[in-house]
Amino acid sequence: MVPLDSVDLAAIWLTLKLATLTTVLLLLIGTPIAWWLARTRSKWKGPIGAVVALPLVLPPTVLGFYLLVAMGPHGFIGQLTQGLGLGTLPFTFAGLVVASVFYSLPFVVQPLQNAFEAIGERPLEVAATLRASPADTFFSVVLPLAKPGFVTAAILGFAHTVGEFGVVLMIGGNIPEKTRVVSVQIYDHVEAMAYAQAHWLAGGMLVFSFLVLLVLYSSRLKQGWRG
Amino acid sequence: MHRLSEPTVAGSAERAAAGIQARFRLAYAGFGLDVELDLPGRGVTALFGHSGSGKTTCLRCIAGLERAPQGRLAINGELWQDSASGLFVPPHQRALGYVFQEASLFPHLSVRRNLEFGMRRIEPASRRVSWEHVLELLGIGQLLERLPERLSGGERQRVGIARALLTSPRLLLMDEPLAALDLKRKNEILPYLERLHDELDIPLLYVSHAPDEVARLADHVVLLDQGRVVAQGGLQETLARLDLPTAFSEDAGVVIEARVADHDDAYHLTRLEFPGGEVLVARRPEALGQRLRFRVHARDVSLALARAEGTSITNLLPATVQALAAADTPAHVLVRLEAAGTPLLARITRRSADQLGIAAGQRLWAQIKAVALLG
Repeated sequence: MVPLDSVDLAAIWLTLKLATLTTVLLLLIGTPIAWWLARTRSKWKGPIGAVVALPLVLPPTVLGFYLLVAMGPHGFIGQLTQGLGLGTLPFTFAGLVVASVFYSLPFVVQPLQNAFEAIGERPLEVAATLRASPADTFFSVVLPLAKPGFVTAAILGFAHTVGEFGVVLMIGGNIPEKTRVVSVQIYDHVEAMAYAQAHWLAGGMLVFSFLVLLVLYSSRLKQGWRG
Repeated sequence: MHRLSEPTVAGSAERAAAGIQARFRLAYAGFGLDVELDLPGRGVTALFGHSGSGKTTCLRCIAGLERAPQGRLAINGELWQDSASGLFVPPHQRALGYVFQEASLFPHLSVRRNLEFGMRRIEPASRRVSWEHVLELLGIGQLLERLPERLSGGERQRVGIARALLTSPRLLLMDEPLAALDLKRKNEILPYLERLHDELDIPLLYVSHAPDEVARLADHVVLLDQGRVVAQGGLQETLARLDLPTAFSEDAGVVIEARVADHDDAYHLTRLEFPGGEVLVARRPEALGQRLRFRVHARDVSLALARAEGTSITNLLPATVQALAAADTPAHVLVRLEAAGTPLLARITRRSADQLGIAAGQRLWAQIKAVALLG
């Protein structure tokens, strides 16, 4: 008998909702950033690239702390959201989404940037001599050629968001059905000595993560063969 | 800059009706391009030179893939770039076709979708080159459903050429389209290029460093060296010029267009006739009356004051000396001759030239040791 109760199921549902929404937003935000990073000769390429990569090395609590401050009533994001009549973001699902977008950004931008760089200049020039405008070229040549990069980016962005803990605690606290995701729920179960439930959730996460990586690495191997 | 914008306008507008006027000046670290081209609006023009001479950069400037800070480009009266007024038409708005060294087909699209890519992006009303004609011209009708990775190098390049043609360009640019292919593939594509030349009325700018390709295809030639134009003009006259840098004189020679006049089946020979005379070559498959080009290297031409008797050389042409010039080594000189209107070049030792007393106006015999047939 699976000992998961409705709170556990709500945590799983919330986690999937958060990861899906974050991934969609990240693909929308990350694509132009990655395209710019892949193509620019600007002196800002280095600094912007470093900022995007920061979540790779920062402890999640540091990122969470600054986001908490920024989203608070006196922070610049907080001022903005209050000005728009949205209240403040900490301890809400929306706040969690915003924080996750920052937290998982490099996992989406870097595969996309690599994919764009691998395409090189030539296909773009060919498209131009075949009368395709730059925007047309982006949609009809760049996107299809970068498809494997988008798949990798989406999987990594999704999986990394599912696996976050520190940032969630800092920004979202631990509110059932609003901000309590699976990783936090596991922590709660362990605190309460409910090891059976913790096992089920933790085991689920383990299997999920393994499957994601398996799909990713097998598809890379296949591409390697064909190329 | 003034002469670009003012006095030439009236003149170039008249010539522009059928022509390409280009003026580009740009500088990179270690390389500069400074060219002024005035090319006919029809036929094949070869941009010829060693690697690093600026021929590809020149072509990219014409396509708009490279933006020369100072440049002016008019194609048959249409202005594509004029740095004086800040005009720069982006490449995708220029009605040109570009064939790259590697075919650069889109790997995610089938041959059919590759071919349609450009064609679908032009106005249906401006489609002057028909789908069937191009497929037939390049012999790719049976490849349509394949992916580029399933094509041979030669097939890929033919699809690349067809793809460019299907945009009905007003100008076709080719950047060493054969350089990445082996000799067999080259010989497979050259006839297609000749057919393009014969059947389509699209001016072609062809970048090459292979003298034989140029000699075979071009009507007009531009010689580039270190980012500058050394010579430009009709193929025959330009190749026969003596004032070219010595870098070119090692390869010096002329191209002669002849007609198949006669086959001698007993000796397996073919007689080729041209305005300046005739030559015998090993039996050719071409029918009587067909046109053929052949190349005569200056190093394969020797000179005799009288018609030689008792020699194995069969091809002797009476000619008049026009001028002498230094060759690529101090031991040699280049002699420019004329055989009834056909220019010829001979590369002989300075010693022989002195002993024979070669001088302008002298009538003598050119002995042709070998001719290289093109095609």
